[in-house]
Amino acid sequence: MSRKSFRQAINEALAQEMRRDPRVILMGEDISGGSGAPGEQDAWGGPLGVTKGLHKEFGPGRVLDTPITESAFIGAAAGAAASGLRPVAELMFVDFMGVCFDQIFNQAAKFRYMFGGKAVTPLTIRTMYGAGFRAAAQHSQCLYPLFTHIPGLKCVIPSSPYEAKGLLIQAIRDDDPVIFFEHKVLYDMEEEVPDEPYTIPFGEANLVREGGDVTIVAIGRMVQMAKAAADMLAKEGIDCTIIDPRTTSPLDLDTILESVEETGRLVVVDEASPRCNMATDISAQVADHAFASLKAPIKMVSPPHTPVPFAAALEDLYVPNADKVAAAVRTVMGAPGRREAAE
Amino acid sequence: MTGTIHPITMPKWGLAMTEGLLAAWTAAEGARIEPGTEIVDIETSKITNALESQVAGTLRRRVAEEGQTLPVGALLGVVVEGEVAEAELDRFIAAFQAEAAAAAESAAPPPEPKIVQADGRAIRALVTGEGDGVPVVLIHGFGGDLNNWLFTQPSLTGRSVNSIDLPGHGGSGKDVGTGDLAALSSVVLAYMDAAGIARAHLVGHSLGGTVALSLALDAPDRVASATLIAPAGLGAEINGGYIDGFIGAQKRKDLKPHLEALFADPELVTRDLVEDVLKYKRLDGVDAALKAIAGQVFPGGRQAVSLRDRLGTAKVPLQVIWGTADAILPVAHADGLPAGIVVHRFDGKGHMVHMEAAAEVNRLIGDFIQGA
Repeated sequence: MSRKSFRQAINEALAQEMRRDPRVILMGEDISGGSGAPGEQDAWGGPLGVTKGLHKEFGPGRVLDTPITESAFIGAAAGAAASGLRPVAELMFVDFMGVCFDQIFNQAAKFRYMFGGKAVTPLTIRTMYGAGFRAAAQHSQCLYPLFTHIPGLKCVIPSSPYEAKGLLIQAIRDDDPVIFFEHKVLYDMEEEVPDEPYTIPFGEANLVREGGDVTIVAIGRMVQMAKAAADMLAKEGIDCTIIDPRTTSPLDLDTILESVEETGRLVVVDEASPRCNMATDISAQVADHAFASLKAPIKMVSPPHTPVPFAAALEDLYVPNADKVAAAVRTVMGAPGRREAAE
Repeated sequence: MTGTIHPITMPKWGLAMTEGLLAAWTAAEGARIEPGTEIVDIETSKITNALESQVAGTLRRRVAEEGQTLPVGALLGVVVEGEVAEAELDRFIAAFQAEAAAAAESAAPPPEPKIVQADGRAIRALVTGEGDGVPVVLIHGFGGDLNNWLFTQPSLTGRSVNSIDLPGHGGSGKDVGTGDLAALSSVVLAYMDAAGIARAHLVGHSLGGTVALSLALDAPDRVASATLIAPAGLGAEINGGYIDGFIGAQKRKDLKPHLEALFADPELVTRDLVEDVLKYKRLDGVDAALKAIAGQVFPGGRQAVSLRDRLGTAKVPLQVIWGTADAILPVAHADGLPAGIVVHRFDGKGHMVHMEAAAEVNRLIGDFIQGA
């Protein structure tokens, strides 16, 4: 056990699974750095250094630099998965998924179902998401609701280094296509991560914190915002439960419902655009299944329905933060200003 | 000044503890304190426990208030033996707190567990304490790890105290070989060889109790004494539902009720405790290791190993400690043991009696080791 960054945790998960299983290969843009060109190989290890060192250990046969053609290499990865390999494809920014939706939505996601359960597609697509990196509207989105919408895909959104390693190993060993979302701002976050390989099962939420007054469901980076808010609120005498679903598909609705039945109050924090995101989905399901337990209207904390702004001041205003989460909790607790905050 | 001032400070229970919440004072100012008197209740994210006094005297000051969260080593209160003036007490408290603040600046890092290569196996061990006394080796039970001794390890002094993770457990290698009692016992001896420990006082809990007992019987020249806490190996009965449930549980909700069965007071099973066990169970190789050991030692929900008939031949001092509310191994297994084996029963305490009645169990272990 030692302290590792989110970046190191992912690198270690990839390395350990590649050592364990020769069928695991990596594909992506610039992941081995400089293939086919003069100069140093593996200079970067991808744009944010996540795959650094893997080309050296596993060689060009298993760490494949691809052309800047997502439609081609995601399709190739799906085909490789359907024919016996366990590819981990890196799609640099989730914002670029648009050009390979057919390969993912209509091909990889459907193979098991349309071949009568006789085909498996052990494909993992790692991708960066999220705002806060001054990367503007085309490199900052949180498109996991789109993938959660498609039956046949699994969607994983780790919130910390420990979570990232265990969930990525689980993703690589899973026989279905998994979209694995890495928030750019979390790459330098550090915590204790076991040196040994381990797996965290899909569809089991993490109970991050237990408190009796309100349930906060938070996804990915937003778990950090929820924790900061809960620390602030504890000083005001408000005790929060925080649930990190870990995977949006499958979604551990049971844990959320059981908590809401105890607390009677729900705040959902989601960095994705507010229309048809995880906050609306989880709120709707709780309203459907646990309405009688609710003591207050459900509150959703999401960004405004606008492209992610490039201007730093506007981007900072755009991303949900601890103050906004705390304000939402005070609202469902019936604190003064409820009418204004409820808008 | 004719009296002695004893500071009562925030204890350190376990590797992860850096601070604790003073939940409640249980002794009043002016109260007479004996060694073992409960003074305050301390809560951490992992556990709640009563802090008992090590000293005798009068509780003269409650320095810390209920609801305060304080770092390990912070002054909670002051017990005085004999006569000490109020002004003298004020000076002591001010000086102690100034010193504590300075010490916090330059504090040595807490002891960290290390990996010891023992006969080709990686064994994780936490070594604390110093002195010339015969060392102590603490051996946890099935599915446990060295953190189970968080209350015990700091209380043993005057010698090196080694808590180890058995193969397949905690931070040790997950290969358990055949997984039978002989395999586990030989690893403890290999650890002692690697650590340069010729002879040790063994303290074993549950499955670790069987390991300690088998070594006391089969390698008496290496064992100075054995304290067996709710040990396996003294009868056929065991809660097979617990063993199967612990191995099978993948999720927090499924695991929690089984962990609650370990304690008479289920409130002691916190979110963090469940999470720590889940983190262990998720490691590659743990499931196979637990199944291998259970298959050898507890096949079909019964104990395969009984050392009861050999107790009369023991050449080293043995004591047995058991909670009467143990839901895993029946306290009745402590009945009818040969004379000469001291048996201590704790009313209303569960399988984790060394955690639920920590201060008293610690005292029994300390006294037994001194006398052996």
